[in-house]
Amino acid sequence: MSTADPVKLKDLPKVAPFVLHPDDRAAIVHEKTLYDYPRAAVIEALKIVQARHGWVCDAAVTAIADVLGVTAADVDGVATFYNLIFRQPVGRHVIKICDSIGCFLTGYEALRAAFEKHLGIRYGGTTPDNRFTLLPVVCLGACDRGPVIMIDDDTHFNVGPDGIVALLERYA
Amino acid sequence: MNADTVFERPLTAHIDPTREPLSLKEYEAVGGYAALRKAVKEMAPGDVTKAVKDANLRGRGGAGFPTGVKWSLIPMGADAPRDKYIICNADEMEPGTFKDRLLMEGNPHQLVEAMLVSAYAIQASRAYIFLRGEYILAAQRLRAAIAEAMESGYVGAHILGGSWGVSLSVHTGAGRYICGEETALINSLEGKRANPRAKPPFPQIAGLWGKPTVVNNVETLCNVPHIVNRGADWFHGLSQGRSQDSGTKLYGCSGRVKNPGCWELPFGTTAREILEDYAGGLQDGLKLKCWLPGGASTDFLLPEQLDLAMDYDTIGHAHSRMGTGLIMAVDDHQDILKVLLNLEEFFAQESCGWCTPCRDGLPWSVKILRALIARQGRRKDIGILEEMTHALGPGRTFCAHAPGAMEPLQSALRFFRDEFEAGVAEHPAPTPAELQVLT
Repeated sequence: MSTADPVKLKDLPKVAPFVLHPDDRAAIVHEKTLYDYPRAAVIEALKIVQARHGWVCDAAVTAIADVLGVTAADVDGVATFYNLIFRQPVGRHVIKICDSIGCFLTGYEALRAAFEKHLGIRYGGTTPDNRFTLLPVVCLGACDRGPVIMIDDDTHFNVGPDGIVALLERYA
Repeated sequence: MNADTVFERPLTAHIDPTREPLSLKEYEAVGGYAALRKAVKEMAPGDVTKAVKDANLRGRGGAGFPTGVKWSLIPMGADAPRDKYIICNADEMEPGTFKDRLLMEGNPHQLVEAMLVSAYAIQASRAYIFLRGEYILAAQRLRAAIAEAMESGYVGAHILGGSWGVSLSVHTGAGRYICGEETALINSLEGKRANPRAKPPFPQIAGLWGKPTVVNNVETLCNVPHIVNRGADWFHGLSQGRSQDSGTKLYGCSGRVKNPGCWELPFGTTAREILEDYAGGLQDGLKLKCWLPGGASTDFLLPEQLDLAMDYDTIGHAHSRMGTGLIMAVDDHQDILKVLLNLEEFFAQESCGWCTPCRDGLPWSVKILRALIARQGRRKDIGILEEMTHALGPGRTFCAHAPGAMEPLQSALRFFRDEFEAGVAEHPAPTPAELQVLT
């Protein structure tokens, strides 16, 4: 048995409690009106919170559950199912590289390698300066202009390995 | 037919990707919202369904199910359940497919009107466009179009002064290919995980929140106003006798071709015309090895099958599916095992995990393909893959996801057997020392 003193709750580092921003709460409440049952607003609510904070923390899941009148488990079940909802912190900008067949044929693998080399991270990683997170994404529906990537809400077409440095400059 | 041939392109006539889409006023000036006016003022709901049925409009999302038949399963009349829904499946995520993006970004009012006319046909009270989350521009343009339509009284209560009204909103998703499966889409819209539902009951009886619901693809719906305006005979004529199927189709071609793109052409245009006349053929120095007729979940076809008409029955008789009708050209520099690995990794990752054959079988196929690519396959691996095409085939899984994943695999096993064989490692017999370790 350890002889160390047990950690007391009051000694744990203080974390500011998560408060749903009033605008976000209002947006979620509005979203509820578009459906016959409030639960249908779960995905949009998660996106609203994520738009402000970059990701969805545990406390945000509980807060959304309270507004919509569903359980936190239901909200988390949804949050963990969909790949565009982040349950871990991400960088200020999220780069998503299409890795489906169209972009496979037009050379996304070289593009991925170039991003990984330039940023020094692998898929799922975030740069130490918290600027970029790199992720794969399924077919972005622009196979005639591949390779295709998204950075945040911007879609970029015909992206070659040579163009990425200039492209990333646009995202501070 | 070559690229200069003149024929009607009703769906894309007013789409010019170099400029902003038509505003409501501009759309009206070219005949927009006339179909809604005609339907609401002059036609009974059943007449609209009949027109669509007579036109032989079939689902453009890939399955080819007759749209009018789908609608006619919706309970109608005074005794019908009070809330009925129509959902547009705009979750375009089938790898290789980029047609609905063009329609929504290019002419959002066309889809808005299509939703309204279709909603009228089934007397829906709410309409949703289920749009994939990544289609940011389409979401902006559709929302702007809906706002304009609301101002003009086309959306809301008492549309055009009548007794019927419908709300219309855009619901954006948060990823996952399985949302394109219509019952998974309904679950997702309800704010749940996108697991498919058991059928029957079909959505027309018990769909969104247990109420009658129709789910149609973007391109399918966009045909409806034109059918209402111009009739079934005109619609049959669009395919110019090239096919039993009617209308035009948004075909396309991508891969390493000279001029990849998406074009609205008469139904039944041949794959060769699409690949050679429109896409300009393969890039210099490349030859066609095989092609997917309409997305990742369709069987490969060979270069000698390029003269097939791209319609549901013709491609079906060739043991593939037309799917979404956007061709993926695979060139002769590609290793078929690597192409398949890319496809099966996609399906394995996108399995919702609900049923065992799909959840466990697809990653297994990925593992075997990786071993074969590394020349570390076992002889029985090819047999396991073959067995899988049956064990994960139609009727063995909860929805069509895994059977779709098996389509490119089964055709590749048929056409490129030698490339699989080459992945089998010829293990030397174990030495006595190795045998001792094993025992």
